[in-house]
This record gives sequence, C-alpha cells and structure tokens, in this order.
Amino acid sequence: MEKGHTMRTPEQIAEQCEQIALDDHLGEVTKWREETGGHAAGHLPVYTPREVIDAAGMLPVGVVGSGEMEIIRGDAYFQSYICHLPRSVVEMGLTGRLDSLDAMIFPATCDVIRNLSGMWKLLFPEKLVHYLDVPHNHDPEVGGVFYAGELRRLAKDLSKISGVEVTDDALRTAIEKRNESRRLMRKLFDLRSDSPEKVPTSELYVLMRAGFQMPQDAHDALVKEYYEAALASSRPEFDNARVVVIGSFCEQPPIGLIRTLEKAGCYIVDDDLLLGAHFILDDLELEGDPFTTLAKSWFDHARSMPSRFVPDEVKGEYLVQLTKKRQAEGVIFAAPSFCDPALLEQPMLQDALERAGIAHTSFKYAENNGQFHPILEQAGTFTDSIKLWSEAS
Amino acid sequence: MTEKKKDEKEIPKEPSMIRQKELISGYYDELATAKEDGKKVVYTFVPGNLAELLAAFDVLPVLPEINALQSGMRKRSRDYIATAEKSGHSEDVCTYVKCDLGMMEQGIGPTGKPIPEPDMLLLSYTGCFTFMKWFELLKERFPKAEVAMLHVPYQGDGEITKEMRDYTVKQLETEIVPKLEKLTGKKLDRDRLKELLVRSAEAEEDLVWTWEAAKHRPSPIDGYFGGVFYIGPIFTAFRGTQEGVDYYRLLRQEVQARIDAHEGPITPRGQLNDQKFRIVVEGPPNWTSFRDFWSMFADEGAVCVASTYTRVGGLYDQGFRHDPDDIMGTMADYCLGCYTNLNLPQRTKLIAKYCEEYEADGFIAHSVKSCNSFSAGQLLMLREVEKMTGVPGGFIESDLVDPRYFSAANIKNRLESYFQMLAQRKTGGGAKSMEAVL
Repeated sequence: MEKGHTMRTPEQIAEQCEQIALDDHLGEVTKWREETGGHAAGHLPVYTPREVIDAAGMLPVGVVGSGEMEIIRGDAYFQSYICHLPRSVVEMGLTGRLDSLDAMIFPATCDVIRNLSGMWKLLFPEKLVHYLDVPHNHDPEVGGVFYAGELRRLAKDLSKISGVEVTDDALRTAIEKRNESRRLMRKLFDLRSDSPEKVPTSELYVLMRAGFQMPQDAHDALVKEYYEAALASSRPEFDNARVVVIGSFCEQPPIGLIRTLEKAGCYIVDDDLLLGAHFILDDLELEGDPFTTLAKSWFDHARSMPSRFVPDEVKGEYLVQLTKKRQAEGVIFAAPSFCDPALLEQPMLQDALERAGIAHTSFKYAENNGQFHPILEQAGTFTDSIKLWSEAS
Repeated sequence: MTEKKKDEKEIPKEPSMIRQKELISGYYDELATAKEDGKKVVYTFVPGNLAELLAAFDVLPVLPEINALQSGMRKRSRDYIATAEKSGHSEDVCTYVKCDLGMMEQGIGPTGKPIPEPDMLLLSYTGCFTFMKWFELLKERFPKAEVAMLHVPYQGDGEITKEMRDYTVKQLETEIVPKLEKLTGKKLDRDRLKELLVRSAEAEEDLVWTWEAAKHRPSPIDGYFGGVFYIGPIFTAFRGTQEGVDYYRLLRQEVQARIDAHEGPITPRGQLNDQKFRIVVEGPPNWTSFRDFWSMFADEGAVCVASTYTRVGGLYDQGFRHDPDDIMGTMADYCLGCYTNLNLPQRTKLIAKYCEEYEADGFIAHSVKSCNSFSAGQLLMLREVEKMTGVPGGFIESDLVDPRYFSAANIKNRLESYFQMLAQRKTGGGAKSMEAVL
C-alpha cells in the first residue's frame, strides 16, 4: 500500500470483486483486450492448467456460467434433466457475451462438459475449441507421458492464435508465477480457517472468482490487499458452526446461497467452490521439463475431486482429513442438481464421514436459484444441532 | 408383473431370437456357478469391452449395465432403484447405476440367480464418465477385488491420434495384461488371443451384413428394437467364441431368407411387411416398456433401419474389424472407436450418413434421463441432422430402466403426431421439419 493511500476495507475490496466476478459480459476481459491487444482463452470448470495459457501470451478466463442472467436460448439446447451450467454458457455464447474469447478449453469433467465441447464446435466453428483430456492412468511413464503430450498439444493450439510459441522457459516462468498466486491463496485460506470472522467465504468467493477474469498480476495485488485488510479488520466473532462445503466444484451456487449459509450460522472454513483456483495444493518444481511438471501435478499435487480418478484412493479420506485439519464440526454437501460427478460421489463421502463420526447434511441447488429460505432453515437446523448436541458442544 | 397381458397375442419368435435367449441364459447360468466351477469373474462395461482378452484368460465377464437392462425388461428395476435411493443415491443420477447397486443389495441377479462377486473390476473408460463413478462405487462395495483401469482418450477433435493409440496400447501392456496374468496365475497366450480375434472379425462381418440388409425395401430387420437382440452376443461374452460366430451366421441366413421372401422383421405386432416409414434412431431404448415402445412404432408401420445405440459396442459398419495381426493395437482401436467415444460433430455426421444411406423418412432422438453421454447435445444434433439431410427429426424422452419416467401416453402422442407429419410430407403437404412436433 503506497503512502498517502487510505487502506480499503475488506468489504470495499469484495464489492469491487463482486462487480467483476458476476459480470456475465466479461467486461474486465474486454477492457484488457482493448488495452493490450492480446488474446484470451476461456476454460470451463473444473481445472485447466492456466500456466499453458499464460505462457502462450494469452489471458486465461474462467467460464463458470452465470446464475444472474435470463436464459432465453440456452434452455432450448438442453433437456430438463441436464444441469444448469451449460444452459448459461450457451446463452453467453449465443448472445455475444463470450466474443472476447478467442478459444474455449473444455477440460474432461463429465459427459455434459465433454459434449458441450462438441456443441461448441458446431455452434462456433470460427473459434478454437480444445478438449483437454486428463489421465486416469497414474503411471508417470504412461498416463504422465500422455498428459504431458496433451498439454503440448494445447500449447500448440493456443500458439496458433496468439502467435507466441510456448517455450520451456516461458512455461517455467508461468509456473513460478502461478506458484506465487497459489501461495497467496493458501495463505488466505489459512487465515479464513484461523479467523473465519475476518474472511467470510462470500467475500473470499468473489475475490477468487474475479481472478477468473483478471490478469494474474492485478489479481495477485487484490488478493494481497484483501489479505492485509482482512487481517487488520476487527469483525466480531460469533459462536457459529465451522463447516466444510463440498460438491460445488463446477456449476457455482448463487452468491445469495453462500450468504444464506453464513446467515444460518455457518463459518465456512473450507470448500470446493471454484475448485480450479485452488486445485493444486503445493508449489510445483521449476527444474526439468515444465510440461512433465504440470502433468505430474495432476497426480502428486492435486486435491481429491470426483472427476479425478485415483487408483488407490480411499473415498472420503481426503474430506475427513480436511475436516479435521480445518477443525470443522460438520460438512455440508451442496451439489448442483443433476451433477453426476458430485451426486454419484456423495454417498461414498457420506459413508466416510459416518465412519469418522462427522455430522453432515445435504441439499441441491442450481446456479439461478433465487429462493433460499428452505436452505436457511435447513442449514440453521444443522448448525443448531452441531452447537447443541455434538460431542464438542 | 411378468405375466403377459391378456390381449397380447403370442408372436412367433425368429430362430435367432431364440438362440440369442439361449446364449444369454446359458451365460447367466455359467455365472451362477462360476465360483463353484473355480472361474474368476471380472466386472467390466459394454462399450470398449475386452471380451477376447478376458476369454484368452478364461475369466467370465459380468456386465453391470446388461444386468440393469435385463432387470428392466424383467420388471425388477423399479424395486432395485428404490432400494438404492433409500440408501442415499440421488434421484438425479443414472438409473443403470442405481438398478445395479439395488440388485446387489438384494443379492439376486436379473434372472433370479445370484451374480458372483468380482475378483477384478476392469474399467474400459470409453465414452461414459458415469462408468467411472459406478466403478468407484463397486470398488467400495468389493474392496478385495483387484482394480484395473483402461483410460481410453476421447475423440475430442474427431480423430484417433497416434498418441491416443499409443497410450491405450501401453496401458493394455503395462496395466491390464499384467493384472489379468496375476489374477489368473497364467501368462497371456497370444496365439489363443489371435484365434479369438479371428473369430471376432468373422462374426463382425456377418453383423455388418445384417445391418446393411436394412437398405432393402422392405427392410428385413428392425435395426433398433430388433437390433438390440442382434447385438446381445457380440456386445457381451460371445465375441471371439465359436457360439458367437455360429449365432451371426444363423442370423444372416434368417435375414437372407426374409430378403428373398420380401418380408419384414417380426415385431410385437407381428411381421412388419407393410413399412410406411423408414426411421433412424439415436439413443438407447427404454427397457421397462420395451415391447410397448416397439409397438408404438410397429402400429404406425415404422421400421427402424439404423440406430446409434446398436453401435455403442463397436462401429463395425464403418469399417472396423478386429485385426488378429495386431492384437494390442486392434483392441485399442476398438475401444477408441466406439460410438460413445465420438465427438458430437462425428455423431451428427454419422446419423446424417445413416439417413442418406438407408433412405430414411425420419430421424428420432430418444433421449434418456439417465445417460448424459448420449443425451447432452441431442437437441442440437437433431437440428444439425435436419440441416444436413432435410430429413425431419422427432424428439421423445424417457429413461433406461426407471419406469417412473416412461410416460406411455405422452410418447405415443408425440410419435403419432410425428408420423402424421411424415405422412403429410410424403404426400407433398404438411410441415417440413421437427418444429411441427416440438
């Protein structure tokens, strides 16, 4: 913070972030393009290694749908039993809201996102559409080699648009910079867990989501500013229940839903909202072939999530450990309706929580939900039950 | 409700249907005594299954989605799904999965005989994300089973690259074969595998001949409803076996006889010789009301000349044959090339090609709630196929094995309107596109 400048409050920073994050016209991206003349590449949830896009000289833009806008044309492309995210993404595409993107990357997440990649090819033949496969074979010589090759293919595709070749050095630099961004985000997650009253998830969320539309340096600066402001803040501490929210890694809940959970007496101390932004857990190494480094990160440094197959994984173990690490008193399963990955995973996670004696509750949402009263009631009852009847109480 | 309705006439079955039924029930009998007979059991899925490789190791495959569809046809699925939902599975997810898990809870297979527990879970991850979660759920249930994953990359760009093929072959060599060798305690007999692949190719040749017989008028086959009987042996445990070869030879002879006699296929409403409409169908059928569903087509004189569901276990009619001279490469090609592993533009082109080659009057997408792999994007495909061919599309919805989602009256209404539109179109009037019925 430069001398003479008044330090902004966390609320002020969050307000700025919310405007950027929920702008379904991607105004920030358009502004960046006008200022720099650069190219931008959109990526669908859940995880895309943004380092490759950085190294190709492009702006990575997270396309996570929008619950705010009216869906007029998008609904005509999907049956009622398909989740909401692709409807809003198609709506954004058909109404020109994604015109600032030169490419769209569809990472292997589920059958809907996968088929959406083919729809994009049919609907927007003039745009680069890249389906990014991820490896389910975890042998570095087999799945690792394949995935490194996939990332090279992505680099080549993006270079065709930007005219910038993805060299090993450029990619290493991008990894180093993303390591720094991840460190900042980890620090902020830890602060939220240590002092959840200082970092409400509704603020952390919009801060993270703004990063999906902003250049990395500018966003890192915002994160630092928010961290300092939150640390210095003196918000009152309530006797809330510490909870982990899980299942919202792809289609995002409306911000009102996150606020409703807070209003119901929850301190959300960890979550999988916008998982791509905090999917890689550690610093990635800077030695050796950078494509191999990124490929290895999928196996060795990534968070457990339903779209990632891990051969020896004990389902739910990660969630149990996370709950303990964050000293959470319960878990809330908040999954989008019709989300196969989250809903098929959920019974396995619930079994693990039962075995570990961790309280949990669940509900479903769609990104355009507008009524939160039933969720307020349910979450309120859950926090009451934790506070009144859990062993810790 | 397994008894026949009083007003249903007994329709003579084709010899191949009887033989198919014998093969499948023989297979379930073999499964029921597998443990007593000292046979190893491997659970695996239909698209991209490695039938020949499993046969080379003398292990028995269990195909959970076949159990589910059999349960659906035998009216057991409602109960199984309810059991799974009671134990915490969401009403939103695939009913094949819930039917299978509910069946396991109850400890009984679709034929009333037990299904043995798996010694190995082998997932050929081909074009269906849900399979992966299903596989993980099975892994939770059977923690002692060996686990093997064959990740088959998706044809996102509409092609099979060298890297995709190499990756698949490498997994077969370093993951799948060694685990099967460990499970069975014997080395892979490559000569035996070769022989099995020779027989596969032979059966595939006759199956393709059968599909293409639908180009005749009248079509001697129903390539969707009848087609699901035809694919039974080749999609399950009989690819690579002599029984498989013999079945497809018998089928071919039977179809040839109908061509010679200018006869159509046998349907639930009897032999369909007077064929008013030639239809291409996208998407799996409904299994719980299979006979009623088929009758809705037969009543209108509609014969299905081609379908995509019958290609999930291999796109043989697009030229693929198992190649005994490249045993690992051919298995990789097979997995990579399955219909569900194609991207949407490829699927659209294939349907347009069927419409043209089979001189279809219409194209119907049967969209099932359970299967996002098939269903997501179908509405766009419908429009694209219309644009490419001028053939009008129709759209109906139900589910695979959840009877709650088969609304007979709605589907019948939609189909009747659709066929009326086709009839008007044939006589030069009426709507020219699906817009009329959507």
